[in-house]
Amino acid sequence: MSLEEKTDRVSEMRGLNTIEDELTPELDLALREFRLSVHAWSEAVMNRPRLALVDAPRRQVWRLAAGWALSCVLIAGGISAGVFVHRKQPVNVAQVRPPEQQRLAAAPDSKPDTRPETIQNIQQARHEDEDLLAKVDSDVSRAVPSAMEPLAQLMAGDESK
Amino acid sequence: MATAHEIAAEDFSAVVTKHRPQVFRFLLSSTRDVDLAETLTQECFLKAHRNWASFRGESSAMTWLMRIAINLQKDHWRNRRMQFWRKTQVNSVELDEASEWLPSGERSAEQKLLARERVAQVGKAVEKLSERQRTVFLLRYVEERDLNEIAQATGLNEGTIKAHLSRALAKVRAELGGKR
Repeated sequence: MSLEEKTDRVSEMRGLNTIEDELTPELDLALREFRLSVHAWSEAVMNRPRLALVDAPRRQVWRLAAGWALSCVLIAGGISAGVFVHRKQPVNVAQVRPPEQQRLAAAPDSKPDTRPETIQNIQQARHEDEDLLAKVDSDVSRAVPSAMEPLAQLMAGDESK
Repeated sequence: MATAHEIAAEDFSAVVTKHRPQVFRFLLSSTRDVDLAETLTQECFLKAHRNWASFRGESSAMTWLMRIAINLQKDHWRNRRMQFWRKTQVNSVELDEASEWLPSGERSAEQKLLARERVAQVGKAVEKLSERQRTVFLLRYVEERDLNEIAQATGLNEGTIKAHLSRALAKVRAELGGKR
């Protein structure tokens, strides 16, 4: 039988009261104070304010991330499109310039052609245009049906008045 | 002591509300680690809830919960392959820090200081106890359980409990500088 087993047997034979009767007032006081302090400590820990760390649900996180990404893409796209259009605009204006403007732009110092041959040609072209228009008028007037001739004469009479 | 029939009528949530502070206090004083004590308390009630139907009420609900808590604590340290108490130094607080929580009462500053010293000395002695001695000591002198309840909670016979208590008290007495 080991020493421990012997002690157990002796202790079993003795009552708990016997053990605790041996408590000196100082030991008893120390045990009571120890108990009180552990109780107070535990109570303080249990009643302390706690921070609850709540994770945002994953769905919301994904939605938030997707929203931000989409917003960034839209903003970046808008800005780059604006810049592109802004850079492209002067070229387009140059492309759509009429040939006369282009010519003037190419030779800003050139003066209008005042030579006599040119003026004669222009006047001749005008006369040709007028003759052509008069011919068209006469052709149209000839095309009026004979049934309408009296009416046409009346209109001509009115015009002469 | 509540019987099986009395307990059966109780709602489990009422049991939790009633006994949680005691279970937590025992685990806190045993482990000296607030987080670990909270985790083990949660596990204890989770296990109790799962086995609530099989609780026959041979002992009080408190004793049954204490038994679960003691086993969980043993399992925890066994699984971690750590020596109880010694290895807890990193995360745990010194038990003599509990002396700071000593109710002041109507004592003088000198009396408070002496009381703190005594609590710190008892804490040191408790640190040096073996796992079983500490469990028995805390159940008896902190939780104020009687021998029968301690025997049911620990699974030890009363003689062994008395022996552990006797040795534990001797160590505490020695730490306090008293003579046997």
